[in-house]
Amino acid sequence: MSGGRVITLQIDGRDCGADENQTILEVAQENGIFIPTLCHLNGLHPVGGCRICMVEVEGAPRPLPACVTHPAEGMRVTTDTPELRRRRRLILELMLAEGNHVCAVCVVNGHCELQELALQLGVDHLEIPALYPRREVDASHPRFGLDRNRCVLCTRCVRVCGEIEGAHTWDVMGRGLKAAIISDLNQPWGEAESCTACGKCVQVCPTGALFEKGKATGEMVKRHLHLPLLTAMRKEEEER
Amino acid sequence: MSGRLRVATVWLDGCSGCHMSFLDMDELLLELAPRLELAYSPLVDRKEFPDRVDLALLEGAVSTPEDEAKARLVRAHSRLVVALGDCACQGNVPALRNRLDNEQLLDLVYRQQADGPAAAPPDRNVPPLLTHSLPLHRVIAVDLFLPGCPPPPAAIVRALTAVLDGETLSELPTLKFG
Ligand code: SF4
Ligand code: SF4
Ligand code: SF4
Ligand code: FES
Repeated sequence: MSGGRVITLQIDGRDCGADENQTILEVAQENGIFIPTLCHLNGLHPVGGCRICMVEVEGAPRPLPACVTHPAEGMRVTTDTPELRRRRRLILELMLAEGNHVCAVCVVNGHCELQELALQLGVDHLEIPALYPRREVDASHPRFGLDRNRCVLCTRCVRVCGEIEGAHTWDVMGRGLKAAIISDLNQPWGEAESCTACGKCVQVCPTGALFEKGKATGEMVKRHLHLPLLTAMRKEEEER
Repeated sequence: MSGRLRVATVWLDGCSGCHMSFLDMDELLLELAPRLELAYSPLVDRKEFPDRVDLALLEGAVSTPEDEAKARLVRAHSRLVVALGDCACQGNVPALRNRLDNEQLLDLVYRQQADGPAAAPPDRNVPPLLTHSLPLHRVIAVDLFLPGCPPPPAAIVRALTAVLDGETLSELPTLKFG
């Protein structure tokens, strides 16, 4: 995003120029500074849901999510401290503990954003006891499947389907531990009339929750490089 | 360190894949061999767990009271305990049963689907199950986690070398899950 005032801020001690309408995450990425993310995906509207991207901003009482926080003149941002890492690890542990993640038998083993984060953050075991919830698998769609045991409720599928495909098949139902991704009015995916079977949700899902049928352990690799392209094209059209 | 490092490997509820990875250290195992003594393992012929070992590597989840007793015994006699592989680190495949009902599961597998005469578990061959298949650290204190299914041989080499050289184990990077 652009068109706002140009400001200067510091990220990890480096002076960065930015447009005030950008997010801290965008500015960091432009300057080659890495901030871990999970729910965010370039090309979709940010929702600030997972909080993995949180950073410290001088003067702020608590860490702020970089993907939805705008920069301000003179802001001082720190992206990596032992405390941030501790918090990110805790969030990841909570996510893993409230689902059923068995990488050894997962379609995206070796190509999973959640697994990659766990490796980066050194989550080699769970201090929090796992809950082993009973979550529903939906295999009713002819081409795709949804295994809610591996869903982290990032809502990327909801957003790509609504914002890019324009079908809005997906939504979130319920709260807390009962929250779950549903299709249409909680019908089986295969019976959801709004679904165009485009497969975009499957490709943007960071985990093995949404997958192509017929793929065995570790065989599914997600492709979502088309996304920024699609959004850029759409924006151009809107501006015309 | 004086003398050779006394190492034990233990097999709980796992598939032995982690032990295969141990053997897959190949020539590196030979290189380390002069500095190690394999004091107890399914790979050597020793029936009782020794009094004192320096380093115990445990494969598998804790799924039965027998696993639990074994884990406690190993802890009591080992200076350092390593959770070897995803099953020991987080339950993994054995823990897939944790959201099912044990009685129904045993009934399905051993009675309804039995080829021969239906067994009546638990019996001599089918041990009673704990309610959940647990990661090792839910039962005993663990000094190092080596995830992976199985953990790559390089991770095991790295851990053994670190212990031999007296490095801090908490600094070791995680190499792999699944
Ligand atoms: S979704 Fe990712 S973290 Fe979860 S089981 Fe699959 S590979 Fe592992
Ligand atoms: S199904 Fe995948 S994309 Fe959708 S909310 Fe769950 S993890 Fe995110
Ligand atoms: S971690 Fe994997 S290789 Fe090791 S015992 Fe468990 S299933 Fe087997
Ligand atoms: S990536 Fe920013 S809150 Fe999820």
